[in-house]
Amino acid sequence: MQAPVTIQSSGNVRQHAGLVGLMLGLAAALGGCAREPTDRVVLRMWGIGREAEVVPALLADFERLHPSIRVDVQALPLTGAHEKLLTAFAGDALPDLAQLGNTWLPEMAALGALSPLQPFVAASRVIQPADYFGGIWDTNVIDGELFGIPWYVDTRLAFYRKDILEAAGIPAPPRTWAEWSTALAAVKAHVGPERYAILLPLNEYEPLLNLAVQEADPLLKDNDTRGNFQSAGFRRAFAFYLDAFHKDWAPEMSATQISNVWDEFGAGFFSYFITGPWNVGEFKRRLPRRLQNDWATMPLPGPNGPGGAIAGGSSLVLFKQSKHPREVWQLIEFLSEPAQQLRFHELCGDLPPRRSSWADPALASDRYASAFREQLENAKPAPKVPEWERIAQQVRLASERAVRGHESPDIVLRDLDQRTDEILEKRRSMLAASKERK
Amino acid sequence: MNARVSGVLVNGALVAIAAFALFPLLWMLSVSFMQPGEASAFPPPILPAHATFANYRELFERAGMGRYLFNSLIVASAITTLSLLCNLAAGYAFAKLRFRGRDRLFKSLLVALLIPAQVAMIPLFLIMKSLHLVNSYGGVIVPALATMFGIYLVRQYARSIPQELIEAARIDGAGELRIFATIVLPLLKPIVATLAIFTFLSSWNDFMWPLIVLSDEAWQTAPVALAGLSREHVQDNELMMAGSVVTTLPVLALFLVLQRHYIQGLLLGSVKG
Amino acid sequence: MNENRAGWLLSAPALIVLGAFFFVPVLAAFALSLTDFDLYALADLHNLRFVWFGNYVDVLTRPLFWKSLVNTLYFVGVGVPLSIAASLGSAMLLDSQRARWKGFFRTALFAPVVTTVVAVAVIWRYLLHTRYGLINYTLAHFGIAPIDWLGDPHWSMPAIILFAVWKNFGYNMIILLAGLQSIPPDLYEAARIDGASATQQFRHITLPMLRPVLLLVSIITVSGYFQLFAEPYVMTQGDPLQSTVSVLYFMYEEGFKWWSLGRASAIAFLLFALILAATVLLQRFGRRGEMA
Repeated sequence: MQAPVTIQSSGNVRQHAGLVGLMLGLAAALGGCAREPTDRVVLRMWGIGREAEVVPALLADFERLHPSIRVDVQALPLTGAHEKLLTAFAGDALPDLAQLGNTWLPEMAALGALSPLQPFVAASRVIQPADYFGGIWDTNVIDGELFGIPWYVDTRLAFYRKDILEAAGIPAPPRTWAEWSTALAAVKAHVGPERYAILLPLNEYEPLLNLAVQEADPLLKDNDTRGNFQSAGFRRAFAFYLDAFHKDWAPEMSATQISNVWDEFGAGFFSYFITGPWNVGEFKRRLPRRLQNDWATMPLPGPNGPGGAIAGGSSLVLFKQSKHPREVWQLIEFLSEPAQQLRFHELCGDLPPRRSSWADPALASDRYASAFREQLENAKPAPKVPEWERIAQQVRLASERAVRGHESPDIVLRDLDQRTDEILEKRRSMLAASKERK
Repeated sequence: MNARVSGVLVNGALVAIAAFALFPLLWMLSVSFMQPGEASAFPPPILPAHATFANYRELFERAGMGRYLFNSLIVASAITTLSLLCNLAAGYAFAKLRFRGRDRLFKSLLVALLIPAQVAMIPLFLIMKSLHLVNSYGGVIVPALATMFGIYLVRQYARSIPQELIEAARIDGAGELRIFATIVLPLLKPIVATLAIFTFLSSWNDFMWPLIVLSDEAWQTAPVALAGLSREHVQDNELMMAGSVVTTLPVLALFLVLQRHYIQGLLLGSVKG
Repeated sequence: MNENRAGWLLSAPALIVLGAFFFVPVLAAFALSLTDFDLYALADLHNLRFVWFGNYVDVLTRPLFWKSLVNTLYFVGVGVPLSIAASLGSAMLLDSQRARWKGFFRTALFAPVVTTVVAVAVIWRYLLHTRYGLINYTLAHFGIAPIDWLGDPHWSMPAIILFAVWKNFGYNMIILLAGLQSIPPDLYEAARIDGASATQQFRHITLPMLRPVLLLVSIITVSGYFQLFAEPYVMTQGDPLQSTVSVLYFMYEEGFKWWSLGRASAIAFLLFALILAATVLLQRFGRRGEMA
């Protein structure tokens, strides 16, 4: 075997050192040069999931209108995006702008990673705050400062199989939890032991939390410094959620155990699925043509009639580390134009956060979107604490403990409150300290 | 037990274990050629009904696997060549050159073999950040430039170099560095090959540190990108298998060609010779 | 240049790299573990407080730490003997005089070691699928009901153990094979002439002669298995019900998901102490056996 390294036999110290120096220089150069220099402005944008896949289509037009700007989009998977954002912040490796889930905004704002956008908005003709749904715009305002521009809204609805429901004897979509229980029981009786009525993935916290916000009791109390998960309202929502598993309406599975969620929906493995607007586009794409008339969307039933849901969605944010804030703002304005928002909706099914976009006939007459419109006016923000992502994970864990671990809801909720209080301990002490300083 | 029966049993057992070892890899290859969605069927298919390159096309055209493989190649090659220099020099020094504190220093360095690398990762990340090496090739390459395992391996081997050769050269008036370059290095050729393939394989397969230090897609190595893809495309199993094939094949091929050296190094590093 | 200077010069690059990028971070990690570095400190370093051994106390009173410890010990306690038994069995088969095509078999059995963990974890995740996985399909032929490998907390760790054994048994097999090949055949000849059965030969010749190699293999495998991380990260993300959260996975989440770097560093050091203790125990156990 030939050795990969040979040194001249007349070698002396200088040559040896020279080679070493060259190698070190090469190593340094590899570290230093991260990008080739260009005279065009290159914006780095991070997108999450499906949105990152479709946004390049819109960006082609943007680049035509602004020839000196190029946009590089990178897609982050949803399950790893939060980690990646924080790691990038810690490593000074954040991009220029990103799509940021609005429940993560308080966290990034607390870190000081985001640039306030109010000055840009004040001078803008494209972005009119009054045109946006109130609850959605509000999620971007932290301690009185605006940190993001809503890009699309996401609220969870129930997608369902019309044909299976009709065959089970349910003529109209349920509006209250009591009616929903009846419907789920009927569907389960109809489809038999091998299939289920509803899919509630155990690795997601959204289904449970969306049910929980329909109750009046808030999720956190004491100025968002303590958990309120033992309140009567949360207990009711939790009981309804657990009932679905105890009565075998929902399988004890996480999303990764469902091989392909669209195929399974098409096969009737479950008839109800709580998910967001992007799946409107996915269902249209992936379900076979013969099933396209057999599914529909309905607002989430509430305890006494259709309730609200969490005002989810993503905003576009500008990172303080960015060296091209003006160009980023031009991109944000472009993506906020009603025409672009409608194109975006066509591409992936995401819903615009502006009322003027909804006025367009394409959306106004969309039968899938109308249920969302109804719920958007009632959407409520999640608690705006930086630790929210961590608390939400604890909620998910609590639901898993109660379902898979068969633990008593009382114990699980008591532990959940305790964990939440632990997580918020730093926030409590910081708030107390700042109060004393005043 | 007569020879024939025991022969059948032994070889039969070997075939069974080999099947256990190889089947997942062969099945990975098979699924990568299946139509999207074909593998999610009951009963699970073993061979594709209509083999297709569609998954590979999607992998390279849409998921950008080419870039990730390129990054892996650059990183693994750089680490291999550069760390080879450092480890060879240090291994020889610890084996043959008497310098003050040598043995005590080596013993305390051995402690490094016991400390899990992850202990150092957190501050190392902050150090890389201050050197502006986060999210670049350097962030992965620089910390791997010397390894205790490599030094240990070279030292083990170098100790077998006859002392007389070195003494003779010294008497002839050759300087220490010249002895290293002209006499020792050629003698170390076998261990160079072994260490090279060892280092290349382990740096290609390395996962946790590149996961932490490379956030930008453009710099990610193949295993890190594959982990990201597997979370994003948790539904597209055939695509994931194609990604696995493409990430595993280069090192598997390299191993098949150079296995003699790899195994020799494994033994040298483990069994006190 | 004299020998002393040459020695220092040649070892300098490696020493600098190891010093700067390993030993210094390890010391820094210890210092970090004495602070409450978290998200707020990441935003503004002035938020940092020294909590001395507060992190260690906090970690040791957390149920999740003990759960991760139990999970890790389960993995080590079952995985290591299983892995070594598989390696020894394969090595003995390869060493047998009756074995044919030894080169091919040796390569085949070693192949999983060389593969990338991430890539094969993806395959195994699919093989273990409850409905479409080939493992349950095969078990069904033996009349066993489908097992929810990655969804049932009781079966998730066994699934990971099975995967880890598959991936690693080839490595120790090679070392044990070398050990077996160094046993003088005359010993077996003499025993056979004396009328010893195969089992007796194994117990009284093979095992004692292999003792040092077995000890080495055990130490390597134990310390490696304590560092379980990639498999849970790719296959289960710690689920279900945190039954596959290992100590290192717990550290990763605390450190790189939630940025509680102080606490994460404390966990890392606790893990190191654990590995050190296990290794010392193994060595002492091995030495005692030798004197017997």
